[in-house]
Amino acid sequence: MLRYIAVVHNEGVALNNESIIVVQNLTKAFGDFVAVDNVTFDMKKGEIFGLLGPNGAGKSTTIRMLSTLTRPTKGTATIGGFDVVKQDNEVRKLIGIVSEKMIMYNRLTARENLWFFGNLFGMQKEELNRRIDELLELVQLTKWGKAQVGTFSSGMKQKMNIIRALLNMPQVLFLDEPTLGLDPQSTVEIREFIRKLNQEQNTTILITTHMMVEADLLCDRIGIIDHGKIVALDTSTNLKNAISGANTTIFTLEIANLTPDLLATLRALKCVETVSQENSSHIKIHAHGDDAFDSIIDAVRAKNGNVVSMQNIQPTLEDVFLHITGREVRDTADQKIPLAEHRHGFGGVSRGRRR
Amino acid sequence: MRGKALMSNSLRIAWKDLMELFRNRLGLVMLVLMPIFMMAMVGFIFPSNNSLNHVPVALANQDAGFGGSTVGSQVFLTVLNGINDQTGMLDISNVTNLDALKESVQRGDVQGGIVIPSNFTQCILSGQQGTLIIMTDNSNPQVSAAMQGALTAVFQQMGTMLAQQNVIALNPAINATSALAIVQPYNVEVEGVVSGHSSYFDFIAPGIMAMTVMMSVMTGLPAAISQEKEVGTLDGMMVAPINRLSIIVGKTLAQTARGLLQGVLILILASVLFGISIQGSILLVFGLLLLGVFSFVGLGVVLTSFAKDQETAMMVMMTLMFPMMFLSGVFFPVQQMPWYMQSISKVLPLTYAADALRKVMVLGAGIPQITTELAVLITFGLVMIAIAVPVFKRAMTR
Repeated sequence: MLRYIAVVHNEGVALNNESIIVVQNLTKAFGDFVAVDNVTFDMKKGEIFGLLGPNGAGKSTTIRMLSTLTRPTKGTATIGGFDVVKQDNEVRKLIGIVSEKMIMYNRLTARENLWFFGNLFGMQKEELNRRIDELLELVQLTKWGKAQVGTFSSGMKQKMNIIRALLNMPQVLFLDEPTLGLDPQSTVEIREFIRKLNQEQNTTILITTHMMVEADLLCDRIGIIDHGKIVALDTSTNLKNAISGANTTIFTLEIANLTPDLLATLRALKCVETVSQENSSHIKIHAHGDDAFDSIIDAVRAKNGNVVSMQNIQPTLEDVFLHITGREVRDTADQKIPLAEHRHGFGGVSRGRRR
Repeated sequence: MRGKALMSNSLRIAWKDLMELFRNRLGLVMLVLMPIFMMAMVGFIFPSNNSLNHVPVALANQDAGFGGSTVGSQVFLTVLNGINDQTGMLDISNVTNLDALKESVQRGDVQGGIVIPSNFTQCILSGQQGTLIIMTDNSNPQVSAAMQGALTAVFQQMGTMLAQQNVIALNPAINATSALAIVQPYNVEVEGVVSGHSSYFDFIAPGIMAMTVMMSVMTGLPAAISQEKEVGTLDGMMVAPINRLSIIVGKTLAQTARGLLQGVLILILASVLFGISIQGSILLVFGLLLLGVFSFVGLGVVLTSFAKDQETAMMVMMTLMFPMMFLSGVFFPVQQMPWYMQSISKVLPLTYAADALRKVMVLGAGIPQITTELAVLITFGLVMIAIAVPVFKRAMTR
């Protein structure tokens, strides 16, 4: 019945039968401020989907709406065919959420915490006990089961936070910045755990992050979200290719006598999109056109710049992000950015000078 | 079935809250200390009957005597000392004259004085009234009023004794009892509804109990929920497939348990330290406390829904708590207040809870004597809950 409704609302978008999450024009406004603006996407079963964006882009609000914690202002979302507003309790049975904040009571022990939340999911005693053993083992916290969570390190707490969300064997797991504030080792552990979960349990995972590397490493598809809008949505490879395909080249230049004047000159070049300074002598340039290389070298020489080295590099997700969310792109995003569903990225992005 | 799930989830949440409470040592100590401080403070600050003890007083005996006899002042001093030995109210020191007495008061050595004028014995022996002067310390009206009252009573008693003797002397046929009836035809005896001596504690203990238990719900509930909201743990309960009402019910249960615990502590303290006894049924006392909680839950939930963070919640709470404390007749009788304050007092549920509790605890009233209070509390509770439930449900999914 609900699937039917979803399909009716979904005209024009090819709805895959395996889609477990269908989001249609989801909007959340707080007064005049639109936190999430007409977001539309769908997720397939077993997919890891990343929402990548700067702080305040609307990632968390999107997750909160999908996990029934916040009511959308407009638009619909279904999970497993259940509407997140009208059938919120059914949705809650299917999902687990790891929010940015720790959902753990510091004065309860690890086991007590898990016991409490498992009970709320209506799990039976033996089943719950088994599940708690299993999960603690999974993150190697078994021997800490009877210690109060308040005494844990942040890495341990985050592991607890994640296994708490897994108590009810959710089909869909929402992870809001799961590695935020963790040391590199814990970060790697958590990422491996997420991947393992996805591979072994076929859990569908929606992860938000502002870390490009994380999105690149983990996600099957990435939606870049900025100012509440999804401005690009594709696989990591396709997103990167879109830059090269759009005739953009990325150079790093080492200039011994780098001056602000020289930087300004480079920025003023017609073929240059962005210039970012990485340290006192290194700069990174996004440029387009076949003669970009020559133009840049000429400009540096004209200013008596001393080029130590120059490298043509492969675009990273960071470059994609910069490319898309540059100021001018933001201003014209409505007209110039192709729809998120469009498979071929953003061939139509205007290529004016940035900054 | 749905009701059962609601209840069991509520109990789980209450269990969790209480576990957190009992593991918080400092919090637990405060939980015990708060009622102790409260009782001690209000109990010892306010004056009671026997609170004036060993007031330093100077005595200037200027009696010149009559025909070589100072019998008038001697009798007076004997009786005064006799009474004072029993009550221990005054510490009497002797001064030579009026000026010395005034100086003592000014220096603060004594808080008042008694002057026996030079013609005291002369007046009494020549059939006139003997006049005594009580000097009071104008800078401390409360002490001087109390002293004045006490001394006046002493003089009156002495006067009566003297008159009684005079009557007998006039007509030896009259016995002592009849002589007293002639001198003082009216005798006043004060008797409470319940026998026994009652103090300010009897008045204040029920009020403080009612207040503590109810405030724990009114302030504890918003504080607990806004705290979980801020820390983020509330989301953990919100994404569980449970009725959201069980969050509020569970938290209310935990806060009620906490409040009742404090209530019991106050009761124990009141009876151990201040000698208060419960005249009515103790079950009715607890029933009333629970009813009080019920009447405040709705208000607490409404406040919870409006308070976005803990700080706001605390501020709203303080603003509401103080007028409630002072206008509900917990510390001061409502009847002392001007009429407009009394009308405000009449719309506060705490007034009725404190009244009912006082009636039961001090006067030994049963349910039939407190039907009005019960009706008000139940109605208030139901109305507030009817408002609170939809407001809470809306506020939780903003």
